[in-house]
Amino acid sequence: MTRLHRWPRPGRAARAALLLALGLLVSALQAPPAAAQQADAAAFAEAVQTLATGDREARERAVDRIVEIGHPRAAAVLSALMYRRLATVAGSDRVVLEPEGGGPLEDALTGEPVENPEALETETIYASNQVRRKLRTAVSQVQIFAEDPQARLASTRNIVRAPSDATADLLRRALDREEVPRVEQAIRLALAKVELLAGDAQTKLAAIERLSGSTSPEVRSLLLRLLDRDDVPAEVRTAAREAAASIETRLTLIDWGQRVFQGISLGSVLLLAAVGLAITFGVMGVINLAHGEMLMLGAYTTFVVQQVVLAVAPGLSELSVLFALPAAFLVAGAMGVLLEQTVVRHLYGRPLETLLATFGISLLLQQGVRTIFGAPNKEVSNPFWMSGSIELIGGAVLTYNRLFILVFALAVLAVLALVIKRTTFGLQMRAVTQNRGMARAMGIPSGRIDALTFGLGSGIAGVGGVALSQITNVSPNLGQSFIVDSFMVVVFGGVGSLWGVLGGSMVLGILNKFLEPYAGAMLGKVIVLVLIILFIQWRPRGLFALKGRAGEQ
Amino acid sequence: MASQPAPARAGTGVLGWRPGAADLALIALLLIALVGMPVLNALPPDSGLKLPDYMIGVLGKFFCFAMLALAHGLVWGYAGPLSLGHGAFFGLGGYCMGMYLARQKAISAGNELPDFMVFLNWESLPWWWTGTHLAPVALLLIVAVPGALALLFGYFTFRSRISGVYFSIISQAMVFALMLAFSRSELGFGGKTGLTNFSTILGFSVSDQGTRIGVYVATVLALAGSYLLCRWIVRSKLGQVLVAIREAEDRVRFLGYPADRVKLFVFVLSAMIAGLGGALYVPQAGIINPSEFEPAQSIEVAAWVAVGGRGTLFGPILGALGVNAAKSWLTGFAPELWLFVLGGLFIAVTLFLPKGLAGLWPQVRAAVAKRRGGTDG
Repeated sequence: MTRLHRWPRPGRAARAALLLALGLLVSALQAPPAAAQQADAAAFAEAVQTLATGDREARERAVDRIVEIGHPRAAAVLSALMYRRLATVAGSDRVVLEPEGGGPLEDALTGEPVENPEALETETIYASNQVRRKLRTAVSQVQIFAEDPQARLASTRNIVRAPSDATADLLRRALDREEVPRVEQAIRLALAKVELLAGDAQTKLAAIERLSGSTSPEVRSLLLRLLDRDDVPAEVRTAAREAAASIETRLTLIDWGQRVFQGISLGSVLLLAAVGLAITFGVMGVINLAHGEMLMLGAYTTFVVQQVVLAVAPGLSELSVLFALPAAFLVAGAMGVLLEQTVVRHLYGRPLETLLATFGISLLLQQGVRTIFGAPNKEVSNPFWMSGSIELIGGAVLTYNRLFILVFALAVLAVLALVIKRTTFGLQMRAVTQNRGMARAMGIPSGRIDALTFGLGSGIAGVGGVALSQITNVSPNLGQSFIVDSFMVVVFGGVGSLWGVLGGSMVLGILNKFLEPYAGAMLGKVIVLVLIILFIQWRPRGLFALKGRAGEQ
Repeated sequence: MASQPAPARAGTGVLGWRPGAADLALIALLLIALVGMPVLNALPPDSGLKLPDYMIGVLGKFFCFAMLALAHGLVWGYAGPLSLGHGAFFGLGGYCMGMYLARQKAISAGNELPDFMVFLNWESLPWWWTGTHLAPVALLLIVAVPGALALLFGYFTFRSRISGVYFSIISQAMVFALMLAFSRSELGFGGKTGLTNFSTILGFSVSDQGTRIGVYVATVLALAGSYLLCRWIVRSKLGQVLVAIREAEDRVRFLGYPADRVKLFVFVLSAMIAGLGGALYVPQAGIINPSEFEPAQSIEVAAWVAVGGRGTLFGPILGALGVNAAKSWLTGFAPELWLFVLGGLFIAVTLFLPKGLAGLWPQVRAAVAKRRGGTDG
């Protein structure tokens, strides 16, 4: 039983092959032997010669022969003959052609430009109408051997339209030569289709057998279409039905897996947006509605750093995101400390007033950024090591930037946990939030710790903004689109718990993605919000509530 | 949190009502609004005092916002919970009115379905539009729908003792969810465009200046009525319990008062007033769409109340009128400055004017009295 594999796209093959070493192995095995290639080249040269000089019947046979050989130049030669662009050169048995759309003359066999075309005396070859009629089908068939993978794909689609034993043969030959996985996949599918439609019962059964391991919805519908036909024997029917069912199961599994990954990916974005809030809201109890604007500041810092790097050291531009990380932490963190010192400090113990004042701050920051940078979105480019994707079995696509953001979000969370649990500052921070009076009595400067804690939360948000700049539009409204979600994550996960933020964001992300197919993106979100509102009734302190005295604040 | 309204004392004043300074100021304001503005509008165009026609609509919208602020201030200022989702009730009331107006338009054009449903190729009216072409049904829905949402939302949140910032965040999630839901055209409320292009209300053309003045007068009267109702409630025994809940909810509970139900009652009443305000807003604005449910809009409502003065009824009205007047004046010539001003206002008020503008007057009066050494007040 042969499985239909999906391998990475050609342009990214090299890098993806590192990830999927198996892919390399398989494509190495599939390379056609060099000796056979040489024999084909000789036969092709002979056939082209016959085309140029033979009579009508010889030419017709030569066309058939060329189709049979399937040389990469076949399409170019045949279409040149068809459109009277093929010519003989006086005084030699060389055949040249004028490329499609004009350009210098090239050698028919190699495709290389002819030297000194002016010096050559050429004579155009005219094919009779019978030959031209034959050429019309032949040109579309030999396209399957063309050099351009895109042309091969298109030709595959054309060939399927006329299923017969001959086309099946052609496809088999093409399959032997094919090296590009995407085209190979298409040819396999086309071959199976042709065999299912045109082959005898035995061929059909064999084709079904081969297809039953597929993970393509196209194959499934092909098999189901076979069931609708009257001229299909019972055993073929049964086999087709079973194969379709097994594909269905596999598709469902893949679909679920894909949705879980998409959910985790969305969850990691939520995690980045909310993790800073876990400090300012979760630990300090300050409702910071300007939190979203800290994300925005981080994203704009990324933009500024990128511009600066481009201006100062263009060679390092691919690394500008890395430079942006500390810069964003400092910018957003400094803004956080400033806000704490000027506004938030005066409002401790008055949470509702804090909420209003920080909303005012968020308006100021938004309008400030809009005034400085302008309202339109800013372009932040993805570095090369973050663009691209891997395609998994079943068509699931993992883009690198999503993967990076997932890893990055977890790393940020881990670093934050280390800072809180293992550093002196973290210890002092926890002491102040648990019992301010006692902490002060122990000589901890609570005012300064408050400012630094707020700065830490804001700085982390700024770092999150760097990551968000890679996947969303950098605009003054960037923060607004995350603020409700971030608060939902923190409230749902449990205030003051890093595990809560992780759990909350992942659960919400996955839930969102599982609801989306049934309810649509918008309504799915509405349902999630309603579910959270109901969930809070049941566990007012969230999923990972702090227990004991620390939870009683 | 001192300076509570004195409990009602019978005996003096008209029918036992002793209007305070705020009441008198409000009566003056509403009288000017009710009589003065239409008279100014009726002046001949060449006289210098002529109020342009469009100003009636602008002022009318301000008074609708004042109703919303009053409703919000009743809950936040007296019972304690800060709702960041009051735009939900305002918007729902508005949509109920919008449905009525859209049906009127369709009927006058000889259609059964409103225009946007025709564009969507809908066959028949969704069931939730049943009866919306009848004015009494529409009027009922205008208060019943926001009231029902408030009842449901309040019942669940108050029952599980969700208070403080949690209540605020959850109420924000509610209005955010409504915004997302109403943006979908499948819901049958015109999607992101909303409901607009109205023709008649109660048989009168909405574009007539006479009709506009009629709606405007109705708005001022509705505001006056809502104010009196709220005033009566906060001065009743229930109002005393409300303030007690704001100050120490647990103690009130221990004393045997059903704190949840009291809060729920006020919350539902507040939603109804907000809904009425939203309903009156729609014919004057000429449109209702999901932007009314934007979380930022609802936060702005809290800002009006904070600016005007939390814990009073006069303050929210003053705040809504003042902030909106400043907004439309400033956005006229420097729109990019407005957000700076609004943001600054939020911060300045919370830091320096915790009692808002309404608290400014008593503060000044006390300061003056102190300097005189008199016994005034």
